[in-house]
Amino acid sequence: MNNPQIPQYRLPEGGRIDRSRPLSFSFNGRAYVGYQGDTLASALLANGVHLIARSFKYHRPRGIMSAGSEEPCAMVTMRQGSRIEPNIRATQIELYEGLVANSQNCWPSVNFDLQAIINKVSRFLPSGFYYKTFKWPKFLWMSYEKVIRHAAGMGKVATLPDPDHYDHMHAYCDVLVVGGGPAGLMAAKSAAASGARVMLADEQAEFGGTLCGRAEKISNKPAMDWVARVRDELAARPDVTLLPRTVVASYYDHNMLVLNQRTGEHLPTAEGFTPRQRIWKVWAKQVVLATGAIERPLVFGNNDLPGVMLTGAVQTYISQYGVLAGKNAVIFTNNDSAYDAAAHMHDNGIKIAAIIDNRKQTSPAAQKLSDRGILIFNNHVVYQAVGSKHVRGVNISPLNENGDKLSGGNIKIDCDLLCMSGGWTPSVHLFSQARGKLRWHETLTTFIPEKSFQQERSAGSCKGVWGLSDCLKGGAKAGAEAAKAAGFTKTRALKTPAASNHDMGDIRALWRVPQPPRSQTKRFIDFQDDVATSDIELAAREGYRSVELTKRYTTLGMGTDQGKTSNINGLAVLSEELGKHIPEVGLTTFRPPYTAQTLGAISGPERGGHFAPTRRSPVHDWHVSTGASFMPAGLWMRPAYYQQPGETMWDAIYRETKHVRSHVGLVDVSSLGKIDLQGKDSAEFLNRCYINGFAKLPVGKCRYGVMLRDDGMVFDDGTVSRLAENHFMMTTTTAKAGPVLQYLEYLLDVVWPELDVHVVSATEQWCAIAVAGPKSRELLSRITDIDMSNEAFEFMGVRQGNICDVPGRIYRISFSGELAYEIGVPSDWGLHVWESLMTAGKDLKVSPYGLEAMSILRIEKGHIVGAELNGRTTADDLGFAAMISTRKPFMGQRSLRKPALLEGERKQLVGLISLDGKTPIPRGAQIVVNPDGPTPVAMLGEVTSNCYSPHVENHIGLAIVKRGRQRIDEILWATSPLTKQRVRVKLCSPHFIDPQGERLRG
Amino acid sequence: MLIKCPWCGDRSLAEFSYQGDATIIRPSDPLSLSDNQWNEYLNLRNNPKGWHDEIWQHLNGCRKHFKARRNVVTHEIADTKPMDGSLQGGRS
Repeated sequence: MNNPQIPQYRLPEGGRIDRSRPLSFSFNGRAYVGYQGDTLASALLANGVHLIARSFKYHRPRGIMSAGSEEPCAMVTMRQGSRIEPNIRATQIELYEGLVANSQNCWPSVNFDLQAIINKVSRFLPSGFYYKTFKWPKFLWMSYEKVIRHAAGMGKVATLPDPDHYDHMHAYCDVLVVGGGPAGLMAAKSAAASGARVMLADEQAEFGGTLCGRAEKISNKPAMDWVARVRDELAARPDVTLLPRTVVASYYDHNMLVLNQRTGEHLPTAEGFTPRQRIWKVWAKQVVLATGAIERPLVFGNNDLPGVMLTGAVQTYISQYGVLAGKNAVIFTNNDSAYDAAAHMHDNGIKIAAIIDNRKQTSPAAQKLSDRGILIFNNHVVYQAVGSKHVRGVNISPLNENGDKLSGGNIKIDCDLLCMSGGWTPSVHLFSQARGKLRWHETLTTFIPEKSFQQERSAGSCKGVWGLSDCLKGGAKAGAEAAKAAGFTKTRALKTPAASNHDMGDIRALWRVPQPPRSQTKRFIDFQDDVATSDIELAAREGYRSVELTKRYTTLGMGTDQGKTSNINGLAVLSEELGKHIPEVGLTTFRPPYTAQTLGAISGPERGGHFAPTRRSPVHDWHVSTGASFMPAGLWMRPAYYQQPGETMWDAIYRETKHVRSHVGLVDVSSLGKIDLQGKDSAEFLNRCYINGFAKLPVGKCRYGVMLRDDGMVFDDGTVSRLAENHFMMTTTTAKAGPVLQYLEYLLDVVWPELDVHVVSATEQWCAIAVAGPKSRELLSRITDIDMSNEAFEFMGVRQGNICDVPGRIYRISFSGELAYEIGVPSDWGLHVWESLMTAGKDLKVSPYGLEAMSILRIEKGHIVGAELNGRTTADDLGFAAMISTRKPFMGQRSLRKPALLEGERKQLVGLISLDGKTPIPRGAQIVVNPDGPTPVAMLGEVTSNCYSPHVENHIGLAIVKRGRQRIDEILWATSPLTKQRVRVKLCSPHFIDPQGERLRG
Repeated sequence: MLIKCPWCGDRSLAEFSYQGDATIIRPSDPLSLSDNQWNEYLNLRNNPKGWHDEIWQHLNGCRKHFKARRNVVTHEIADTKPMDGSLQGGRS
């Protein structure tokens, strides 16, 4: 007994801990020892440490109140460095070797917290204090806020990248059982016996639920023997998935539930392939909710002192961890469940100084304790706990006849542990998330499930069933029902083993323990958010009637525990204040998740480079090895420019631009969308899609086309090549490759199902290389068997043949405005063809160019891209009026007659040139007549593209300007107040080079 | 949430894309319509509470469009059919 290795509050034997595996850990810098199987909370209690944290608002000392995820007080900061994580409940942390935890929201220490002065002035800090006090002067709020936020701390988050990894799983099952207590285990067993695929998830490391922490018997043997047998039976079934350490956090529509499995939280660090946490998205045909119940605190003075605990939790610390939460206990209850607990504590050596019961009669359960010689005070209450950093005793008093006032005759009783039991609240969170309807149960004084809306049913104490035997039976029935509803015919509720069936007796509701006159002692309802009865009373006095608004005003239930221990108490106090019946006031909405989820688990593997796929062209590795700088274009990585030694970025870009106009360049255009169309109606289909005609496009030719949305705005542009009578290849812009394909599919499926056309994306299958510049023909003629002469291969022609010994296609099209071709070869041959072109053109000084040079070349030519195709421009706005066919129907045609599209003030595409020849045109600038005119300055249009043009040797741009085509040669301003840049510009034709197209055709 | 593609069977919602109101039929001769009639087709949509016939595309699957009768309050899907099929079920 006097073994110095065993901390003073650890029982010499018992508990579900492994005493052969001691673990050392540190709390607030001090070293302690616990055992494998402990939680941080149980290990601290074993060492006699109760003071864990300082409260959120008043910095009051707080200890450990519960033994589960409902814990509102004992929140700590876990781990260090990049793994540091605040606001973790000590009751949920499994102990591991070397664990490091620290108190938060206190300075310099949890024992001596300077900000505890706030508690002394707390009566000047009621609900809404900050809003009421710091509202003037308005501009100072930002400064106030900083100070307030510092004082109301919730720990600090890591600022370093998270070194751990997180996993996502998708799963389907017939029956998902939530909760591995007696009801859940029976449900899983019954469902599995019918052949259903079952998943069983439980928040704790060990199955058994409440049984882990009780001295219950099943079939006259320790209940945990039964738990182990059922668990092993289930584990042996191939169609059952057991998920311990897994909280079912959220219940969504169509029986989709999200689970969080703490795969690595119980390890010093989750290494190798073990994720720290894993999110499961489970689609369950049927769900059994066996989520248990949470004990309610009682609301008396100083009920937040360390050493004031929930009665069931004290039992759990004894049975599960072999730990005494104190040695001299007072128990304060309004129901019978505390008497089982008292016997349990007494059996394990806790002295029971007294049991205080607010009920008038001694119940049969109480009589047994009385027979042991334990002092029971009926019709009494603990109205205050006494102590500064730990409970030292209680003040008790009899109640008056109505039970709403103390009737004098106070007694003080010494204790080092105060257990409270205000009844139990079924955990209906998931049931409510699934839109289930609750009913107020008068004798149980709580809400219980009434009507389900999704494919789920509740079993056990989450349904308001308290006796163990009834929970087992209810579980067996629910499991069989669920399997049957999931379509299994051989279902039956399995026979359940013998067990006790104690209920809670008659509860005498006691929502606020009366106080002596003029008492200022706080009675807490929501411990995490420091909401006391006085706050709810104030809210009611100030006119708050709705529970939802009171919640937000007082922050009741808004902590990370979502009010698991405070909801009913808060609601009851509000309804008393309003003089209403509890169900009339209503309950706040339960929202997912049930317990706080980490952002790491939610993002899972989708972070950094895995956030979205990266698309690379077949030539990508060559670009990398040549030192290209890349820029993202949607998901694509495209070379922006190829910098050579000694060059600046702009040197490289202008060199590449000039090189194309004087020699020959290659640009990788593989990212452009490519859609293959086949079928006998393909030509007719294209004719209906584009504003211009495609029916008569000859085989071996390609044509530029403009596509409208049905509202008349330009959707996309590109080329279409006719490869055979019923075979076309369409190109789209990089950004619209997906949307255009989807649009074509929609038209074929929904609008014109009678057309025989098949469309398929061929973007990834073809590597596309544009060869541009006066020497492009010379270069290509060296590597292909296609006749490249101007006579045989005219502008806008398409030829198929061998290219660098690979079958491919050459399109004579030009984006740069130079003599140019685009090569298409199967992707696997892309790199080979690119490299062959570089080799074959060495003496022609062939050179690669990137997106930046390509952009300058196209602006010089007046070709449009996404900036101009911005969804607000029509074909006429962009200068394509002449292309619009009048001889056929096409998508968007009717909208061209809309009055708004016919009015004369529309913005039109024009070119811009910097008037002084040296001032750049700011990106996104507004076109105005006089930037210094009275505001608001009328905006005539905006710059859509801008660059320095080596060809023009000036800054140029494209803009969309009101009546722009009539303003050619007008001098206006391009102004960007955001960047404080402005320049005088002359409006001109958007074609800065070769307006007649002689270069292309030469 | 699972959606039943008429061709592929039950698949995750993530594979599908909503493509609009299935009760809207594109006029076969838009040029014959008045501005108001065209506006009606192009822009105006009912916003029913309850059952609604919709077009969905199995975007990350077979890519076919199909019709679905969906309850926009409960998200239940009573029936899915190919575009030329006729939807059954669902209380109206």
